[in-house]
Amino acid sequence: MALAEPRFAIATPRSREGLAEVIARQGTGFWVVAALLVVMPLIASPFWLVQILAYAMILGMIALSLMFLAGYGGIVSLIQMTVAAFAAYLVAIFGDSAITQISLKWPWWTAVPVAILLATLFGTLGGALSVRTEGIYTIMITLAIGSAFYYLTLQNYTIFNGFSGFNGVMPPVFLGIDWGGTVPFYYLTLGCAALAYGVVVYVSRAPFGLALQGTRDNPRRMAALGFDVVAHRIAAYAFAAVIAAFAGVLLVWYQRQVSPGTGGVGPVVDMLIIAVVGGLSRPIGPFIGALVYVLLRTFALDLLDWVGFEGKRYQLLIGFGFLVIVLFSPDGLIGIWQRLRERYRKSREAQDAQMRTGGGAP
Amino acid sequence: MSAVPNLERLSTASSGNALELRGVSRLFGALAALSDVTLSVRPGERRAVLGSNGAGKTTLFNCVTGDFSPSSGVIRFFGEDVTAFPPHERIRRGLRRTYQISSLFTGLTVIDNVYLACRGVSRNRFSLRRPRRDDTLQHAAESLVDAVHLTAVKDRLVGELAYGQQRQLEIALALSGAPRFILFDEPAAGLSPTERADLVQILTSLPAHIGYIIIEHDMDVALRVVESVTMMHNGRIFKEGRPDEIESDPEVQELYLGGGHG
Repeated sequence: MALAEPRFAIATPRSREGLAEVIARQGTGFWVVAALLVVMPLIASPFWLVQILAYAMILGMIALSLMFLAGYGGIVSLIQMTVAAFAAYLVAIFGDSAITQISLKWPWWTAVPVAILLATLFGTLGGALSVRTEGIYTIMITLAIGSAFYYLTLQNYTIFNGFSGFNGVMPPVFLGIDWGGTVPFYYLTLGCAALAYGVVVYVSRAPFGLALQGTRDNPRRMAALGFDVVAHRIAAYAFAAVIAAFAGVLLVWYQRQVSPGTGGVGPVVDMLIIAVVGGLSRPIGPFIGALVYVLLRTFALDLLDWVGFEGKRYQLLIGFGFLVIVLFSPDGLIGIWQRLRERYRKSREAQDAQMRTGGGAP
Repeated sequence: MSAVPNLERLSTASSGNALELRGVSRLFGALAALSDVTLSVRPGERRAVLGSNGAGKTTLFNCVTGDFSPSSGVIRFFGEDVTAFPPHERIRRGLRRTYQISSLFTGLTVIDNVYLACRGVSRNRFSLRRPRRDDTLQHAAESLVDAVHLTAVKDRLVGELAYGQQRQLEIALALSGAPRFILFDEPAAGLSPTERADLVQILTSLPAHIGYIIIEHDMDVALRVVESVTMMHNGRIFKEGRPDEIESDPEVQELYLGGGHG
């Protein structure tokens, strides 16, 4: 169904089909990647499993929540990283950490749901504040909320423990498994990321997602069809916030700590870069963008050293990579992939046509 | 939004009219696109609004649907004061409209466009669950597509449709749910003679309880599908009557039909 069409093309015109049909329709590429991800612990080292893949999937989930809003709703919200950081903070505050005078030591099965609930509420309220703005103004207002949150966590010591934040936040031990262990944490992250991906794909073709795409393309007509466009957009913020909140919980378990820098302006903008580099047109884009981002961050230093440049300039390489991708493909890596496939298909069709005319031309 | 005090709104509670406008004006800066328009249409009545370009016809529609709020005046829909209502609230009460320039979801299929329209006036607009195959709204959408003769292209993307087909889809969207009153904004614009005949057939075969107002420059279409005519000029109503009265009115001929119909 992948057409190299406009940036926000709807993934498939067939909007109503069962889960079994969706699964049956997936190409071999999907199954190869899925199988590879499942057997990855047999192949990859712990470093690759957690530092690269799990981290990329966590960032991918946050970027996915941004992609859901931007790709289907036309809403460029920079609040998603802040929602994740807020969830991360709440896990540390309600649960256990090394900062014993603040952490409430609730068991994880109370702390995590409450954290996700409150973070979702926060994301929804932020959405309600910015929903009546469009384009650059949405970016501005969500960035302002993000900055306000950053400075709040930096300067508040009674709840957020200021500059140092919380360390010693451990993943739980549950069902006899230490979820902080390499392989369990990898599968936990994989499970959450796959679920988030599947839910976004499913909802994008459910009435809610279909109507959201309608509000993106033609809000005025949607109102003239009886839809409350503002309410619909706020609901989209809420839906995206749930995904970002889940990712925030995983993030604090991955880093074992959370500090103001987690939700700083840097990560907020990084999230936009990840989503744009990956591609905003399909839910897989943010995950690809996140993987590229994590790989660049991890290996740019070595790569530069190897070529003979100053290793400390790895940010330059990241920036340059971002520029190149956006310049050559406004719809990100997904767009490049789709165009390559389209070209391959066309050249094959042309070959077939040539053979036909060659064989039986009058 | 309205400058009219509440007392006046309450004074004539239920008039039995489908649509009633009292003293509706709309200013764009110093320009009065509508000035002091008072109009009432009975349930099931079919009326044409005629007038030259800039007469205020489309502004009238935009005020009725709530795309613009009027600068002053009161709008009642089946007795209910809807002046301050947002568009979607008016639509949910049975008002529908079509647009002069097709306003569709070109990235969606025909059936999905109509399905969205059916969803918009039903409950569960926010449903996260995909509908099953035997979904009632799905059936409603299919029969609407059939009613405007688009079944053959129902799975095509709207952007790929011919112009005339897009105009027909525009009408299908306005017929979704249980419409009580429809505003048609130049539905025949750009249609071929055959398509015009189709359009006339669709309009005349609408259920009798559905009233409408139609803006139309093509007299052959407009005067065949209505029982009353309102003439507008420079944002004001200056004549109302039956189609034959309007056609033979010397003032109308001078102002509107004059040049073109020699």
